[in-house]
This record gives sequence, structure tokens and C-alpha cells, in this order.
Amino acid sequence: MGLESQVQVPFVTTTVDSVINWGRKYALWPMPFGTACCAIEFMGVVGPQFDVSRFGAEVVRFSPRQADLLMVMGTVTQKMAPVLKQIYDQMPDPKWVVSMGACASSGGFYDNYSVVQGIDELVPVDIYVAGCPPRPENVIGAIHKLQQKISGESTADYADEVTK
Amino acid sequence: MDSAVILERIQGRFAGRVLATGDFRGQHSVTIAPDTLVELLTFLREDSELDFDMLMDIGGVDYQGYDDRSHRFEVAYQLYSVGWNHRFRVKVAVENDTVSVPSLWKMWGLANWMEREVFDLFGIQFENHPNLRRILCHEDFEGHALRKDYPINRRQQLSRPVEMLLTDDPDWA
Repeated sequence: MGLESQVQVPFVTTTVDSVINWGRKYALWPMPFGTACCAIEFMGVVGPQFDVSRFGAEVVRFSPRQADLLMVMGTVTQKMAPVLKQIYDQMPDPKWVVSMGACASSGGFYDNYSVVQGIDELVPVDIYVAGCPPRPENVIGAIHKLQQKISGESTADYADEVTK
Repeated sequence: MDSAVILERIQGRFAGRVLATGDFRGQHSVTIAPDTLVELLTFLREDSELDFDMLMDIGGVDYQGYDDRSHRFEVAYQLYSVGWNHRFRVKVAVENDTVSVPSLWKMWGLANWMEREVFDLFGIQFENHPNLRRILCHEDFEGHALRKDYPINRRQQLSRPVEMLLTDDPDWA
């Protein structure tokens, strides 16, 4: 093409989306919303044995304002539901939600008056993780799936959010 | 002391006021009317040979459709004596939800929250309770979830966050 002789230093050409998505998917900052035993399993995911930092999602933030990945782990009651909604609303865009385990995804065996029958009644969910509780490998698998999803996103998807 | 002996003492002292007695696998119980409750529990607590100093639990029961008993609800009090290591169960027959049961919060502070739980889930009223509000279900909840006539599929959502209970106000205890 002849550009090499003009620029003099090695370079690559790419798209803005590719670079931004590459950065986003390997720097997920999870906000743990742990209400039950799934949150204990998540400690194993972050710990040295399974070490989610290998996949770039180890900077666990306990403030929604510093996180872009909401991990909902455990049973969410009707009384807790507005809190989950508020925490989701406090997170800056772009943001993603992982619903971990049977309770968060569907209410689990708590098919009763007090438990939300799946957090997708409250917040949009990107990835559901099966299990009661899921194995750490399964959670890492969910992060892989989410990374694939982020790769396919376009920064234009968030244009509305930015101008709001 | 064996629970059969405790039951005999109660029958001797509260003759005519015992509505029913129970014996489940050697655990004896007594059923009384709400107006006898405070007197009976004061006796069980103050008598030195009984000395029931600990209220373990309060539970509600809804007997609607269960059998032909004349009252719908029962409130069960599980008592324990730390010194004597013996236990006893007292049940109060509650005809319907317009009848109230005397609150025990002055005898056992523990009763405060347990009575709120029974009120929340069964709708049983406790007389002179300092703060008879719901404790488990949210404020917007209608009806009482553990009643037999509560629809099993009924879900009730809460649209706003509940107030945090960070306060020194004793009325919130």
C-alpha cells in the first residue's frame, strides 16, 4: 500500500469498536450482589484456585458506581427487589448482568409468596448460569460467554446512553 | 420434671380453664383461652420447681379445613427451663382474627419480634404490643402469607425501597 514508507514505525489498522470491545471484555469490574450460597461459590471463583483474574474480571468493586458487571448471586426476595433495581440503576453504562444460579435465574425452588421468580423481572440479564450453586468453572464459562457477547457489540449501541 | 407431671400441676391449678391437652411422643401440651395466657405463663415462670425462664419460640397455626375444631387459629409457645432442663408447650386457641392474644413482650423481650412474625404471616392480633408491624413481608404486602386461604400463586411486588432501620427510636425495636 505504501503507507509503511510514510509512517516509518510498525502499526496496525483496526476499527474503534474492536479496540474498545477488546478493552471492555478483558477489564470487567464485577459488583457482587450476593444474597445466598452462590456468593460463597463466587469467593471460590475469585480465589487462587480458580482465579478469575486470568480472564480479567478480578477487580471486585463493592460500589455499583465503580463496576460494569452486576453479578446477582442468590435468592432475591420481593423486599430486596427495589434494592437490586436501585443498584443496577446506579451503575454507569455500559453495564452487563450475570444471573448466577437457580434462585436468581428463576426463583429456584422458592416458588412462593416472598421470592422474585427470576431477576429478569427487574433488570435485563445478559447471561444465566445454571446450577445450585454453579461450579466455579461454570461462572468462568459465563464470563467467557459475556466476553463473546461484548465482542459483538457496537459503541453505537450506547450512543443514546452517552447523550442522555 | 417430666412434661406429664407439669401438665398435672397445670390441670390442678387451672381446673376448668384447660380447653384441651395433648400428648405427642411424650411431649405434653395444654390448650387454653387467650384470657388465661398471662396468668398461666406467669405461674410457669415464677414457680420455683417449674422455673420456665426462657421462651424458645412462638408459632402460629391455621387449622382452616383441617378438622372440626371450633377455633381457626392457634398460637403455640415453646417454653424451656435452663435450670431444670425441661420443656413445655402451651397453645392458645384463637377463634378468628378479631380475637386478640395478650402480648408477652414485658415478660420476655424476645416475644416482641416473634409476635410480629405471627402477626405478619397469620394476621393474629397481639394486645398491648409496642410495635405490631410486619417484620418479614414488605410494607405493601396485603393479606397474610401463611394462612390456608392465601392463594399459593399470589405474588406481591414492592415498588420502592423500604426504609433502613438505622435508628435509636425504641418504638422501632
